[in-house]
Formats: sequence, structure tokens, C-alpha cells
Amino acid sequence: MTRYRYTTLCFALLLAACNRTGSSASMPAVSKSSSKPASATTVLAAFAPPPESSIPNDDFGKEVALGRQIFLEPDKYASAYVGNHLSCENCHLDAGRLANAGPMWGAYPMYPAYRSKNHHVNTFAERLQGCFRFSMNGKAPPLGDPVLVALESYAYWMSQGARVDVSLPGRGYPQLAKPAQTPDYARGEKVYQHDCALCHGANGEGQQVADRVVFPSLWGAASFNWGAGMHEVDKAAGFIKANMPLGRGDTLSDQDAWDVAYFMNAHERPQDPRYADSIPATRAKYHDTPNSLYGVEVNGQVLGQGTGKP
Amino acid sequence: MKMPRALIGVAGLLLGHVALAATPDGASIAHQGNGHGVVPCMACHGADGGGLAAPGFPRLAGLPAAYLRKQLDDFVAGTRQNASMQPIATGLSEDERAAVASYYSGLPVPVPSPAAPMDAAQKMVGEMRAERGRWSQGLPGCVQCHGPNGVGVGEHFPPLIGQSANYLASQLHAWQQGTRSNDPLQLMHSVAGKLSDADIAAVSAWYATPPATTTPGGHSP
Repeated sequence: MTRYRYTTLCFALLLAACNRTGSSASMPAVSKSSSKPASATTVLAAFAPPPESSIPNDDFGKEVALGRQIFLEPDKYASAYVGNHLSCENCHLDAGRLANAGPMWGAYPMYPAYRSKNHHVNTFAERLQGCFRFSMNGKAPPLGDPVLVALESYAYWMSQGARVDVSLPGRGYPQLAKPAQTPDYARGEKVYQHDCALCHGANGEGQQVADRVVFPSLWGAASFNWGAGMHEVDKAAGFIKANMPLGRGDTLSDQDAWDVAYFMNAHERPQDPRYADSIPATRAKYHDTPNSLYGVEVNGQVLGQGTGKP
Repeated sequence: MKMPRALIGVAGLLLGHVALAATPDGASIAHQGNGHGVVPCMACHGADGGGLAAPGFPRLAGLPAAYLRKQLDDFVAGTRQNASMQPIATGLSEDERAAVASYYSGLPVPVPSPAAPMDAAQKMVGEMRAERGRWSQGLPGCVQCHGPNGVGVGEHFPPLIGQSANYLASQLHAWQQGTRSNDPLQLMHSVAGKLSDADIAAVSAWYATPPATTTPGGHSP
């Protein structure tokens, strides 16, 4: 249980995603050897977060409640730091409470942690910064910013009773076994059109109502960027397997989950904000893993071009 | 397209006898039937398409045309079972189904009729299921597919707000029992199977209660 595993990154997706492989989130790049999967991935978590009704009615409770609001509607309550319309809850289901969907109670007790992504010990707040920068395609709130204080308070409150530095069952997303067949675009497209397009749209665009995202964009300018952990195929496959279609998790086969994760992540999305020099150089520095399609040619196009700002 | 409704009605009556050659008129079917034994829709769904709350006849006005059309087709196919609607849908030609679906989708959303007030405990359950579901059972909140306040999303997730409690409850029970099985990806079958009778009563009443009479923070415009 070295801390390596915890190189998690951004909230959305990332968290979960990342922890498992130990590669840093959006950034893979880490040695696979450090990636002991968190145990107990698909088992129902034994840890039960406190009911929301128990948020205390005092000054600390107000901060917790604000953190919860930010978590659910970051574009409303943390608008200065988000660059898309995604919500933390899109990938951390049930307001960050659900096992195998990147629960905050699974992440919070694992920090501070050394992260291979940036080669130093990160606090939980720094980890949250990554969520804004990558998953939310925005910018990191400065340490000490009220947004980070509120989110950290929410995660701390939710983790009460959890042991520090113990990887709880249900943390992150399940790590799927390697698929029998190499993930494939054409097979993934079939799965997507059959099981995903109903909600997320034929082109991954998602659906909004009255300026609220109901079904998040999965790729394109309004989605998470190339730095987000969810862009890695293994992380996306674990999330999808456990949680999609919404309310019918664990109904896709592992192979379908791998294939559709590949398909989703074989599309263009906003540029990695750490981009430097060239796509190959950026891949070499941040995405040197078979689970990242950044810089990889798919269907005649080299991925990693970015989309420009939405 | 801008013919006065009375004229359309007359035209509909005349064309009804000439049959199939002409494009069917949705308004005419809604108000007068199709001339081949199908009763006017408005007899049960109300003059404004708002439905009738007590018997649980649903609102049609303002629903997506593709959704309405699919329901009519599914009554014919038997994946949505209803003793009244199956013969009606079967008595409509495909073009007539399309026309009447298009007509109702274009109507303004009627003001919902007043619903019985909910007691505080039921309101709490209804709001919780609607907004948050019950994830310990893998149950999403209604809003996660039907949108904020249940306003409906796209053509596959119809509005819940503005439907009567009797209608909503009857459908949730129908999915549980399998008499309605026309939901894409079995999403509603899955969801309904996780609801208790008390959940169904509460969440149905929640969406049937006009926003003004619910707690602040629940439905908001």
C-alpha cells in the first residue's frame, strides 16, 4: 500500500480513476509496477458515509454544505474555476458518496500522498486543484481559496470514521482485468450507439436543459480535457462497468466496457493544459502509457490536437 | 398551415371519407376522431391536452412528438398495454399517429390542475426520490434523466411535472408489473423495481404538486 497508488488526480473521474493504477491521473505515466489495485473493487463498500441530514448546523456545517453545493453545481458556485458545464457528480455519483464511483470518503483519508504525476507530496487540496484544471477544464483555485476550503470540508465531513491511509473497499473505480480482446473502436462504437447514445447523444455531446447539464459531454470542446484521468481507457472502463448506464451498472460485459471506453477516448477533447512543444513531446512527458490515446493515430487522425475553448 | 381550426375540422370530416389519400390532420383527430371509429383524443385527454387527473389520463400537450408517436406505436405493438389505448392506437393509421403526435407536441403546456396537498413526511420522501434517488440500491433520482424539476429531456425522457399523481403512479406500477415494457434500455423497468409502494405514492405526488405549493428549494422555476 505504498502511497504511489494514491496518485490520484482530479476529482471528476480522475480520482477514482487514478488511484487504481497508480498512475497519476491525467497523467498516467506512472510505473505500472506501483499499481497495486486497491483491493475490493466491486464489493459493496463497508464504509457508510454519514447521512446528509447530519451535516451540523454550525459554522463548520455551513462550510460542508457549501462544499456539497459546489460539488453538485460547480459552474454555479465555483464558476471562476470551471471551463465546462460538467459537475463533480457526473463522475462521483450521489454527490460523491457512492462506492465504486470515486467516493470522497475513499479519497480524502489517503492524503497527503506522494504523486508520481508531479513528483512531490500533494495535499488533498492540491489534488482538488487538479480536478478543476483537468476534469473541469478550468483553472486551479489557489490554495486557501474558499472553494477548496469548502470542498475539503465536505470530503472531510463525509470521511468521518474512516481510517487514515487505509484504502477502503469501493474507493475509486473498479480495476477491470485486461480484456480478452484488445479494445476496439468499431466494437466500441456499436456499444456506444446501443447503450450510451440515448443519453449522451450520437456524437458524445450530452444533453442540457435550461442551461443545466443532465447528461455530460463525453468528448469535444465541452468535455474534460486531455489531462483528466477519465481520458485513460482503463479508468473509463472501470467507471463505465460499475456505473453505466446510470442505474444499471454492472450490466455491460467487461469487454464492452473496455471497447466503449476506448471509443469514447479515441475522440478529440480540449488540449492538456500542460502541453509543451509538440504532441509527441507532451505524450512522452505526461501520457506515456498504453491507456492514453493522446498522440496516438486513430482512424487516420493523430489525437491530442485539442478543440479550442468551448 | 394557418387554416382556422373550424375549417380544418370540416376538411377533416370531408377527407375522412375520401380516406388515406390525404395527409391526416392531427387537430381533427384530436377533436373529432378519425372518422373510422377512433374517438376524439380530447374526450379523455382534455380540450387543452392537459389530461384528466382523477382517472389518470395523462397530459399530452407539449410532450415531444417522437415520444408520443412511439407510445402510439408501442400500444399497437403491445409493449405498452392499456385496455383503452390499444384499440385506439390500432385504429389509427401510421400517418394518423404521426399527425396526432405532432399536433399535441405543438400545444402549449397547460397550467396543472391543483393537486391534493402533501403531508410533510411524504413530501420529504417524494423530494428525496425525485432529486437524489436511493443510491444504496443503485437508484438514481428522477431528475438525473428527466432533468431539473422533471421538465423532461430530449425525446426519450418525457416531462414528469404536470402529470397527475394517478398517472405517474400507474406507470411506475406498470413497469414493475411488466404491462409497460417500452422503455429504452429497460431504464424504467430497472428504476421502478427499486421503488416501494410508498416511494411511488410520494414521488408521484411530488411531481403532481405544482411548484408554488411545494417547499422552497424543491421545484423552482
